[in-house]
Amino acid sequence: MSTAAARFAKARKRDHRHLEAWTGGYRPYDLVKELVVAVAVVVVLTAILAALFSSPDDQPVTLARWARADAKDFTTAALSELNGSSDTAQYGPPYNSTPGAAQKIGPLSLQTLAGVRIPIDAAHDLVLQPLQSVAGDNPDLQTALSQYRSASPSQQNAWTDAYGKALSSATVSGGQLQVPPGDYGPVAVIMASELALARSGGLDGALLATKQFYQTDYTKPILFISDGSYFGNLASSHNLLGEQWGMMNETGNWPGQPWLWLYTFWYQIPPFASSGNADALIWGIMALLSVILVLVPFIPGVRSIPKWIPIYKLVWRDYYRGLASR
Amino acid sequence: MGATGLTGRLAAMVNLDHPAHYIHAGWFQISTANLVVILLMIVVFVLALFVPFPGRRFQ
Amino acid sequence: MSVQTDKVQWSARVRESAEKNLPPSQLLPDEQPVYVHSWIYVFGALSIAAFGVVLASGLWLSLEGPTWWHTSSVGLFVNSLHLWSAELFFFFMVIHLWGKFWMAAWRGNRSMTWVTGSVAFLASIGTAFTGYLSQQNFASQWIASQGKDGLNAAGVGAFFNVLNFGQMLMWHIVLFPLVVGALIVMHVLLVRKHGVVPPYPAEGQDEFDTGPEAVVDVQRRTGGEGGAS
Repeated sequence: MSTAAARFAKARKRDHRHLEAWTGGYRPYDLVKELVVAVAVVVVLTAILAALFSSPDDQPVTLARWARADAKDFTTAALSELNGSSDTAQYGPPYNSTPGAAQKIGPLSLQTLAGVRIPIDAAHDLVLQPLQSVAGDNPDLQTALSQYRSASPSQQNAWTDAYGKALSSATVSGGQLQVPPGDYGPVAVIMASELALARSGGLDGALLATKQFYQTDYTKPILFISDGSYFGNLASSHNLLGEQWGMMNETGNWPGQPWLWLYTFWYQIPPFASSGNADALIWGIMALLSVILVLVPFIPGVRSIPKWIPIYKLVWRDYYRGLASR
Repeated sequence: MGATGLTGRLAAMVNLDHPAHYIHAGWFQISTANLVVILLMIVVFVLALFVPFPGRRFQ
Repeated sequence: MSVQTDKVQWSARVRESAEKNLPPSQLLPDEQPVYVHSWIYVFGALSIAAFGVVLASGLWLSLEGPTWWHTSSVGLFVNSLHLWSAELFFFFMVIHLWGKFWMAAWRGNRSMTWVTGSVAFLASIGTAFTGYLSQQNFASQWIASQGKDGLNAAGVGAFFNVLNFGQMLMWHIVLFPLVVGALIVMHVLLVRKHGVVPPYPAEGQDEFDTGPEAVVDVQRRTGGEGGAS
């Protein structure tokens, strides 16, 4: 018996439903050669593309770079961390438990279910603690921090509100932020110290520091940077914002991630474009579509599309012509 | 700073490190780079279907 | 050793099962059915080749560590090899997916081939995502700050912290490649086991049946036993 017929006989004995054993003609086909040629082609193509186009590498934003480039925007963000109005402070899980902040799909909030597993106290972690770590040689800062901590929440809010209003008319000169005089309590010293610490590069280090020596977790600095306008403006100039189909794009003129076209598409259209639950809803849609993709063989209708739109006739035209000529 | 940044870094033969070109149509926008990649994929797919494959045909 | 002992032994059972399901001549055949005659069939091999170059360039990057490519011209070139081989990997894999969809390649009990392939595609997207997060430049900062919102909304961000460089790098160079690699191996073994899907019956031949089990073999129906043409 030929190998093909023997194979079919074996398959038929195994399970009559496995009607896939081909008993028709075979031709020689060198799979190893095909793979070796494919590897050679890809190596050459990759080397040419890499030499022609290289790869993008835009410098990261540091707190130092931000504070030096835009002291006002930095201080505005720092104030929002201190008074709990920043996106980070109001985020909800996994960073904190702000009521009503978590996104939902209908009644279901997976965000809430996951819990607060990466706790961030914005005022403490991003402002007060880093300043405390350098306050040892600075009696003015030490006093300001103690005064702020021992004040009542309403007193703290009064100071930060007043400072916030004054910030809009502040000017920058010689790296210092000039804020119109007012009753800000210790907040003026705290904000000026935070700006100085950032400009020196010390805040980048302080936000990374933990009890361990070696650091690999950038949660705090990236959350802080995201709370200002500087970072988003930079992204906008590169067409990386959500409403700019940013998920697909790359810095510079390089191709990005075209395969994410369907994921970013939903963010461009109503109702998602203006929904507070957009992330959760779109994630749900993409999860559903992914499951559908994986289960195509089992979905009546979808699995018949290739029959109805017979592109297969192009693939197998030689075979069909051979059959017709018999 | 990109491919042509620091001294001694290998410069790309074609410098892509400048703001991208985008094609807009209403709420739709796509970078020319991404559009080229997608169009190329469609062209290659169509070619793969139409270009004759070498070797003996099925008799 | 008695036959009885051989049948009970796990080693013997594993070997016999492997031999039964994938005899060497089927694991690496030197022939293919006559209908395998189109350029669309090379895109699976091209995808695997691209995956190999992605792995090799990634290994080269690992030799020097994650910051090398920012300060070395050779490092930048190797990083570019890694980026462009990944672009080629997606390019070829998606064309392979398009081809397999329009051939309805899940027919004839080949559903798991489609399932392993599509899951490998989705896992590759995750691999690319963690790769972008590991770049330690502006792009990775931005992608992390945006990506966290989608993942947090789904409850995943609490466990998979895209702002944690160390975690993302290890997912990218260890966990995801192992998963994608394992899926590719399963996928290819399934193709070898079930063979390349036969064509739809030609017009005027057997009645079309879209069920995944019942692909009717034209040659068998017309009485031919066949051999190499």
